[in-house]
Amino acid sequence: MGFIIFLILLVAIWQGGYWIGVELLHWWKPYAMPSPVGVAESFLNLCEDGRLLEATANSLLRGIGGYAIALATGVLLGLSIHRSNYLQKNLKPLILGIQTLPSVCWVPFSILWFGLSTQAILFVVVMGAAFSIAISVDNAIKNVQPIYTKAALTLGANKKQLYRYVIFPACLPELVTGMKQGWSFAWRALMAGEVMTTSIGLGQTLIMGRDLADINQVMLVMLVIVLVGIIIDKCIFSIAERRILSKRGLSGRNTDIE
Amino acid sequence: MSLVLQGLCKRFDNSDKDTLHEIDLEVATGEFVCIVGASGCGKSTLLNLVAGLEHPSQGKVLLDGAEVTKPGADRTVMFQEHGLFPWLTVLENVQFGMKLAGFSKQQQEDKARYYLEMMNLWEYRDYPIHQISGGMRQRTALARSLTMESKLLLMDEPFSALDKQTSNRLREELQRIWMKTKQTILFITHSVEEAVYLADRVVVLSPATGKVAEIVTVELPRPRHVYAPEFVALRHKILEEVRGEAV
Repeated sequence: MGFIIFLILLVAIWQGGYWIGVELLHWWKPYAMPSPVGVAESFLNLCEDGRLLEATANSLLRGIGGYAIALATGVLLGLSIHRSNYLQKNLKPLILGIQTLPSVCWVPFSILWFGLSTQAILFVVVMGAAFSIAISVDNAIKNVQPIYTKAALTLGANKKQLYRYVIFPACLPELVTGMKQGWSFAWRALMAGEVMTTSIGLGQTLIMGRDLADINQVMLVMLVIVLVGIIIDKCIFSIAERRILSKRGLSGRNTDIE
Repeated sequence: MSLVLQGLCKRFDNSDKDTLHEIDLEVATGEFVCIVGASGCGKSTLLNLVAGLEHPSQGKVLLDGAEVTKPGADRTVMFQEHGLFPWLTVLENVQFGMKLAGFSKQQQEDKARYYLEMMNLWEYRDYPIHQISGGMRQRTALARSLTMESKLLLMDEPFSALDKQTSNRLREELQRIWMKTKQTILFITHSVEEAVYLADRVVVLSPATGKVAEIVTVELPRPRHVYAPEFVALRHKILEEVRGEAV
């Protein structure tokens, strides 16, 4: 409840500032400064012809698709790094390095290889998220307490049972945290990919706002991007995290603050 | 069942001296053997070698004539930290080994019930591990080990992380259970009192040489009482031995 009041207050200050700075004192040009009312009008406009919904749905589908590929790639890569000492020593430092690369850096490659297509966007998403997922898979397995493995082995677990019944559940909390971080990387990378292409999506709608000098549309799309990110995080990852942790008697309260 | 340790040596990579040096020991079926020694004498290393969690530098561990090379359900270990899985309930933890071995649901249920009732834990079967006390966790771990009905039960200071009262109660329970099951047990402890209370034989390890310093047979009838004069005398004698070997 307090948060809603805070938001209302924020919007009120924004509108007040716009009114004073743009309309009263003419400090800023109206085309360079969005206003709450302008954003709301833009929202109604884009809703009316269904463009906003279509763009959001497209982006979301692409995001989920790209994330799924990134997840599969990342988990495979993470497992290989974990299982092979050679890769652990040589490939992991490299992946750690690549992981720091902003996803937008993959855009030139993706355009050259895939053209201005959906594949190009997906490529950027996968490159943006897979490496961080791989690193967190490797770390999660490494952080499994040795006592669990020892206990399972002396209770007769073979290699397959050990991974399935002990290592996987033991590293689940950390895995979900890694998946959540992977999602936020994927979502950001998606926007980096979408602003360069012409396929309908949130990124493209944002760039269209820029091209039409419609700063309210730009602001609106930015808000939608943030909102979708928050909703996915709160409705999927944070809930999963909290469930897993509370089942084990560990409080999940600290983990959803980033 | 017979456990034979033959000229067992263990030297760690970062050391220039054997932690364990030419240990020879035989444990007979149904025997309760305690290993004591000052800290750093390699008690836990010895247990890990028998469990197959570590490999000897020289010599071998023979179980029924076969050399031990890796961990297995015929040598279940109960650890100092319970080693229960926090994502499972008390019952699921106790059934874990049986599930791996492919027991039927009914068998798992029956056996888990038998041992959980023995440990007075049946009514807590659906509790998650974090909601039961330290003593109950260790009793759950004991029940989990017992369900395996393994040839050899290895116990690595299982009661030493508990408060004195709980640990005394648990060793009484262990004595009671052992008198019933007569399972072969190799028990590591730093407490001479615990060793004399539980064991048929007490093996004293020497941290200086890494060898067996002495083996004392305890012939006191069970149930034993720690304040009985014979108990106190024997405990004193072994304690002197351990102190003499300490470095």
